Amino acid sequence: MTDMNAESYVTEDGRTIGGVIMEMKNITLRFGGVTAIQDISFDIREGEIRAIIGPNGAGKSSMLNVISGFYVPQEGEVWFRGRRRAKMKPYQVARQGIARTFQNIALFEGMSVLDNVMTGRLTRMKTGLAAQALWFGRAEREEIEHREKVEKIIDFLEIQAIRKTPVGRLPYGLKKRVELARALAAEPALLLLDEPMAGMNVEEKEDMSRFILDVNDEFGTTICLIEHDMGVVMDLSDRVVVMDYGKKIGDGTPDEVRNNQAVIDAYLGVAHD
Amino acid sequence: MADANADKGLPPSIPALLERNAEKFADRPAYREKEFGIWQQWSWAEAREEITNLALGLLILGIERGDHVAIIGRNRPAHYWAMVAAQMCGAVPVPVYQDSVAEEMAYVLDHCHARFVICGDQEQVDKVIEVQEKVHHIEHVIYYDKRGMRKYDHTHLHWYHTVQEEGRVAHERVERELEKRRSELTLDSTCVMLYTSGTTGKPKGVVLSNRNIIVSSKNSAEFDNLTEREDILAYLPMAWVGDFIFSVGQAYWCGFCVNCPESQDTMMTDLREIGPTYYFAPPRVFETQLTGVMIRMEDAGRFKKWLFRHYMELAKRVGPAILDGRPVGAMDRLRYRLGELFIYGPLKNTLGLSRVRVGYTAGEAIGPEIFEFYRSLGINLKQLYGQTEATVFITVQPDGEVRPDTVGVPAPGVEVRIADNGEIFYRSPGVFVEYYQNPESTASTKDAEGWVATGDAGFFEESTGHLRIIDRAKDVGKMADGSLFAPKYVENKLKFYPDILEAVVFGDGREMCTAFINIDLTAVGNWAERNNIAYASYQELAGHPQVLETIKAHVEEVNRSVAQDEMLSGCQIHRFLVLHKELDADDGEMTRTRKVRRVVVADKYADLIDALYSGRSEQYTETEVTYEDGRKGKICATLKIVDAKVFEVAGAGGKVAAQ
Repeated sequence: MTDMNAESYVTEDGRTIGGVIMEMKNITLRFGGVTAIQDISFDIREGEIRAIIGPNGAGKSSMLNVISGFYVPQEGEVWFRGRRRAKMKPYQVARQGIARTFQNIALFEGMSVLDNVMTGRLTRMKTGLAAQALWFGRAEREEIEHREKVEKIIDFLEIQAIRKTPVGRLPYGLKKRVELARALAAEPALLLLDEPMAGMNVEEKEDMSRFILDVNDEFGTTICLIEHDMGVVMDLSDRVVVMDYGKKIGDGTPDEVRNNQAVIDAYLGVAHD
Repeated sequence: MADANADKGLPPSIPALLERNAEKFADRPAYREKEFGIWQQWSWAEAREEITNLALGLLILGIERGDHVAIIGRNRPAHYWAMVAAQMCGAVPVPVYQDSVAEEMAYVLDHCHARFVICGDQEQVDKVIEVQEKVHHIEHVIYYDKRGMRKYDHTHLHWYHTVQEEGRVAHERVERELEKRRSELTLDSTCVMLYTSGTTGKPKGVVLSNRNIIVSSKNSAEFDNLTEREDILAYLPMAWVGDFIFSVGQAYWCGFCVNCPESQDTMMTDLREIGPTYYFAPPRVFETQLTGVMIRMEDAGRFKKWLFRHYMELAKRVGPAILDGRPVGAMDRLRYRLGELFIYGPLKNTLGLSRVRVGYTAGEAIGPEIFEFYRSLGINLKQLYGQTEATVFITVQPDGEVRPDTVGVPAPGVEVRIADNGEIFYRSPGVFVEYYQNPESTASTKDAEGWVATGDAGFFEESTGHLRIIDRAKDVGKMADGSLFAPKYVENKLKFYPDILEAVVFGDGREMCTAFINIDLTAVGNWAERNNIAYASYQELAGHPQVLETIKAHVEEVNRSVAQDEMLSGCQIHRFLVLHKELDADDGEMTRTRKVRRVVVADKYADLIDALYSGRSEQYTETEVTYEDGRKGKICATLKIVDAKVFEVAGAGGKVAAQ
């Protein structure tokens, strides 16, 4: 192997990839008699774009839900920033610096884009509910600070024109972008994207890819994404985990994965005798 | 032509005007830009500092007198500053259309030998880097928006703020040089070079001097009483002469504030927030706004609809008269006041036009209904006729003498003359210096006495002295009886009907005019749906007797209005047919910008033209069509040919209908 095993290294395009930020150790997740994830281990390094791919039902989303703390695995350990994660509520995970987007968009349809993105700042609000309702003194100052952060993100993702538009009126591709904005508003250390390009046309996919790369580049955010579109995954990510039927069948750089026989079999099918 | 006395006391350059404004209007806003959801503001004094720092930074990078500095980006204060900073250094700013593809950009950057390029963002930098493979004399690229630029090789790439910062730090070292260069600028030094889009051949670099810009700005500002209190929204391409005059020339002459929108998509919101007092938009923008209003009114409740209709009818009747200060009955005035309260005021506010004191539209013909709509609301919308080569202004409509079908009287300081073939020539202090490195074109456009050919044909109305444009000079012909044939004039009138998408008028050298008409599928389809008319295809709808009846009514209305016009009354349409297919760029019948290729159409449908002139009542035809994937097919149809009523020429007296 190359320098990729070193403590930190610099990619070809000049980004610095740091040490391990999240580590999954021998994770097994069962729903009753169904084993969704079976004994999977992999890590995510600081500053990298890490993809999880696999055919339908491979257990990708379950994996993401384990990372986000929504599912608690029956076996195995989740380590985040050098600490083993105990049983946690999702909001506690969010406070630790993990934010996510959803496969089927989970925004507040009746609220404006701005308000939706502002909700991403919730975990960082310090003033209490009453103070915020009265909007007085510190609460006011705090909201202005948060609004500034949110406006930077709105500018970054180029959604100024829909700032005041209710999310329900937006087309699908833009909703996805708003969701990304909300996740970014939490200033996460680790950003989880569940199929960010699902259902998009080529142009929207290109835009989204651009934004994902820019987010990683500008904010140094570590990104873990699930995606179906192989082309996109191979272009975007530094390292790829491949899953099939709940098991890990490949792990490595896009090139390594592309030439992995088990991966080829899983994707193209193999003759059974 | 330069009148030495008139020059006296005139600040000789844009940087000189900046100097004046920074003293005279120090604390007044010069620029605003919406960023991060808030309008950021710079006063004239602050603008001077920003511009000076940038100019100092450019000096350190080694900018020379006469260098061309290309500026590529959307309307942002920083990009305007870059133009003035370049002028301060004795260089010439060349704004470039930001949406032009790399190939077009390569031509311009190569032609003007730009050593410096100032880009808005990564997208533009990428294009310039692509261009640099072919164009080798670009030395420094400066970009404003930092995003995505971190990984680039920065040996010849500079962040705008770094250049400014370096200039600021080194000001003691280079200030004297900057002062020297600034004081060298005269009214005759080059102010800006603008490339005309050029529908034929390669773009040409129009060189405009400080005199061109400053005198034109002065004259036009005085014509419309513009002051330092105006607000304008800068949203039209910076490479277009109009934007340079409004956002630089007039803004610096008057000292008013230039507001830049947040992004292209937020233009309408920003317009509402700023509420400009002086506003320019091409007809298309007004059209879109009006359509938006009408669609939303369709969804309104019955009472609101009634109120809207009631007051719009009133506005149509008395609005323009009130605007022009003509006498209107006291009762109507009172009712118009009420209308202002209920409808016009809120509507103008929604459109962002509440504060507009002077509004202009130009570029192409505006539909009379659209024009009247805005005027009836009390918005002083006017038309002007201009060209890059004239530093915009050739003719303008004075307040109170505004009509949809003329483009006004010669602008202050402009002489206009009509040649025997109808072509319009002008001479003014705004007449361009030359086409850059293209003496042949300069000579063929501008004669020794300074008269410039416009390429448009028109005439002055005897009764009012207003200029009317009829067509491109090369399209104007003569009918068999010697009367004037101006197809576009009639086609435009036809196209103002929403049902009609396209019209092609024939008649050059013939004894009568005939026309092909394309229906607008959206509008006619909508109408068919509302009237329970079933149709299976475009062709069937186009041939429907009721559709033909409607189109016939439109054609006759147009004939009636053409007949009002003594000179053009020969262009009335005697016979027409509705085409069975839409004219299409894929079939070569139109250009990609949707301009009809007259010759191709005439050639392809020769059998139909023949039928129009031979008196037949219907004609069978087969037409080859190209599908989007390149396959070819054939459609055949039997088209009905309709005779339209024509009208006697209106009374030969000077009576001209007021609409």
